[in-house]
Amino acid sequence: MFIQDLKIGWYLATRQLRRTSPWTTILIIFVMVLTFLNLTVISGILVGLIEGSVQQNKDKYTGDIIISNLDQKSYIENSPYVVSVVKNNSNIKYSSVRYIAGGSVEANYKTKTSDKDKIESAGAFVTGVNPDDEQNVTGIYSSLVEGSFLTEGDYDQIVIGSDLLKKYTVTESPGFEAINAEVGSRVRLKIGDVSREVVVKGILKSKVNEIGRRIFLPENQLRSILSRDDYGVNEIAIKIKDGVTAEEVRDSLVASGIRDFAKVQTFEEALPKFLDQIKTTFAILGNIISLIGLVVASITVFIVIFINAITRKKFIGILKAIGIRGRAIEWSYIFQSFFYAIVGSIIGLVVLYGIAQPFVAANPINFPFSDGIIVAPINETFLKVLLLIFATILAGYIPARMIVRKNTLDSVLGR
Amino acid sequence: MIKIKDLKKYFYEGNIETKVLKGIDLHIEKGEFIAIMGRSGAGKSTFLYQVSLLDNPTSGEIIIDGVDTHNFTEEQKIDFRLNELGYVFQDYALLPDLTAIENVALPLLMQGKTKEFAYKKATEALIKMGLEKRINALPSNLSGGEQQRVSVSRAIVHEPKILFADEPTANLDNESSRRVMGIFQELHKQGQTIVMVTHEEEYGKMAQRIVRLDDGQINKIENIS
Repeated sequence: MFIQDLKIGWYLATRQLRRTSPWTTILIIFVMVLTFLNLTVISGILVGLIEGSVQQNKDKYTGDIIISNLDQKSYIENSPYVVSVVKNNSNIKYSSVRYIAGGSVEANYKTKTSDKDKIESAGAFVTGVNPDDEQNVTGIYSSLVEGSFLTEGDYDQIVIGSDLLKKYTVTESPGFEAINAEVGSRVRLKIGDVSREVVVKGILKSKVNEIGRRIFLPENQLRSILSRDDYGVNEIAIKIKDGVTAEEVRDSLVASGIRDFAKVQTFEEALPKFLDQIKTTFAILGNIISLIGLVVASITVFIVIFINAITRKKFIGILKAIGIRGRAIEWSYIFQSFFYAIVGSIIGLVVLYGIAQPFVAANPINFPFSDGIIVAPINETFLKVLLLIFATILAGYIPARMIVRKNTLDSVLGR
Repeated sequence: MIKIKDLKKYFYEGNIETKVLKGIDLHIEKGEFIAIMGRSGAGKSTFLYQVSLLDNPTSGEIIIDGVDTHNFTEEQKIDFRLNELGYVFQDYALLPDLTAIENVALPLLMQGKTKEFAYKKATEALIKMGLEKRINALPSNLSGGEQQRVSVSRAIVHEPKILFADEPTANLDNESSRRVMGIFQELHKQGQTIVMVTHEEEYGKMAQRIVRLDDGQINKIENIS
């Protein structure tokens, strides 16, 4: 009996779908596609907003792994040993050693006419790097918006993060420090008691805070300013080879015993805490929006199927009058709902993975702190497809059941 | 074939009770062709709906082929209608999404017959009705007479014990009406039990007996020679 009801339900559904107005079918499928996109793209953008930031943090700052000084130390102790461990690890493709010191940069110290005039000054992390190594790990050249990057032999030249320049910052809050300078401008770099006049060779623009508020110069220059000859480095950013995971390489580095001198973190572990929290919050927000989308979709399908069933009440009555069981009629509506959900989801999948995701990946959404992408893992998307199908079937079944349960004669006579 | 005892049907609207059938007793023999007649509001269609198990009577007994239908569940009624009864409605009651052959084959498919068998029987039924060129037409592309003949085909294709018809000629022109009535007479000759409601004297006289209802009761039963 069950199989018979299924067969008749299928028979009725296929014919009803085939002969119903194409515009009705297109409209319902269109609603399903929008619902699917609402389920996947909105939450995908919310998660992608943070994922873009995470990705940039990795690409532009930490690399796959970052080694930094222990919390209670000002630099990595036994740095030459740590650096040699890194250089000798066969899974590491590139590494960039960074020397960092707190400092500031001043601009209008030459044009100031009175002692009462305030000097334009901005605090910054002054970072000494080997330009080629840094380029290999973080592709830092691509972040240049003006001028050019450093070369190893540059003397008294810096590349400055755009967050330190008024020209690139929109914040006017009282505590925010930035200076007026351009490529070619002479500025004063102060680190501790040492100050040196340098020329701005290039400007870096990045949504990664650590880059935007840094000043770069060749590592030998910084060490000479600091009079540091102990090779005590502060950070080592690492790019690993293909085929290994950051966790595997981290573990192999830790196994070399460098944990006594430095923190070894994968890019995910090194994420700023706030980013991790926002990521969780946005994921919850995305799920809430998806849930609302799902409820709205269910109601939409319910209304569509209900109107469909109401207008076909007489025919449902006729079916029952000639001996078609209620279950068979309900199955026909379930099959129709399934058809709408599956076609809507397939078109949605094509739009998502064939158009929206590649397009946004090529043209990221410009958010102030990240380049937003659409994150839509296949397994999560298929879970949403299943949810959508389930909700649609339920929304199709309920109105059909309501009409089928009505008195046969009342339905036949349209009462 | 059908034994009806003290059949009553009352309708209620608020506190107002309307007695449409006030206690009808009737025996219909196997192979008989009965016409139910009477003026508007006499209870003809209501009587047919009760006897054909499309509605639930207020009280009374309906025994069809020895089966007391009184305690049937809705599912049992549907199954009984599928296997034992056939219906022809005044407005044809064809399913608009199904072609003529699909409409006719549907009861057989529901009975579990194969699609090949159901379509073969449906085609034969439609050919008998002179619709061999309209087999794949949708109801919207058929004339009223053609639709009613498809409806008759659907009602008899599964060889029901009783064929019920509610004013089958009401929406048809004279020629189509005569054609449909001719089909009914032919089916009767082949031994089909038919219970038909009509308000047209000419067609009523084509039956074996006319049961005349008035005010919810049998007023007169006429045997047609």
